[in-house]
Amino acid sequence: MRELALHILDIANNSIAAGADKVSITIVENQGDDTLTIKIQDNGKGMSPEMVALVTDPFVTSRTERKVGLGIPMLKYAAESCNGWFKITSEVGKGTQVAVQFQLSHIDRMPLGDIADTFLTLELGALNVNWVFNVKRDEKEFYFDDSELKKELEGIELTEPEVIRFIRSIFKEGIEELQPLKVTRRN
Amino acid sequence: MPTIKSLDDLKRIRAEALRKQELKTTSGKTEIIVGMGTVGIAAGARETLKAILDYIDHNNLENVIIRQTGNIGIDSYEPVVQVILPGAEKVTYGRVNTEIAKVIMDEHVVNNRIVTDYKIEG
Repeated sequence: MRELALHILDIANNSIAAGADKVSITIVENQGDDTLTIKIQDNGKGMSPEMVALVTDPFVTSRTERKVGLGIPMLKYAAESCNGWFKITSEVGKGTQVAVQFQLSHIDRMPLGDIADTFLTLELGALNVNWVFNVKRDEKEFYFDDSELKKELEGIELTEPEVIRFIRSIFKEGIEELQPLKVTRRN
Repeated sequence: MPTIKSLDDLKRIRAEALRKQELKTTSGKTEIIVGMGTVGIAAGARETLKAILDYIDHNNLENVIIRQTGNIGIDSYEPVVQVILPGAEKVTYGRVNTEIAKVIMDEHVVNNRIVTDYKIEG
């Protein structure tokens, strides 16, 4: 994957698959510490310690009865290649937290990518999840909890055209406000 | 923060959408499912979903529900999109890039013509 935003989408989809109805995504970019930290926390069904070991490194096991994906190992490898770390903590019945850190300025660090698109995809693609998105860039912050929005829109599909437009503008403008001046744009 | 200006906007959007819903017959909703497993995402599923949302937005399509699902189990056909028109069978499309997504929206979702070129599973 070419963007961290796609990895975030991937990990958050694990949360959806785990039956979570609340997922919080936090992205903290800190120029001072030269770090980029991402946390994805859910209240899904959680995993046993054996399962956690398995999803982190699927190649060390001989277990064959369960299909395990490569999303988590790829993200772990990406972080560890950039002076960073990867941590997953999980408890059965409580939920899972994935945390990952990169050296912000590391030459091999993937770009964050289109985080507004990732948020939009999650918000509109998994309607029964309470999404909380938080992006901090130094002292600037974007915070979005969709519970108020959903309360106000009770009885309306979030995929009605006007609502899509509205939510898209919240993410796009909110994330853009965080951009430093030297921003370079994708086409 | 955009949340302040939003509350009044939201109330207006809700009132408008509810009004439109009342005008409609009970014809049901079209469901569009996009596979968002690791393979799907790597193959461009986010862009495919975005193209579908853009289409809904630009053409003011109402009564469409989008869902995302994990791996559908046909990795080599990712990104996979499934369309269920009201009262119709589920149709699965494979290797749906943003261009093909637009064709599917035009033909199948709007005009009820299955796009056999991209249909998979028979």
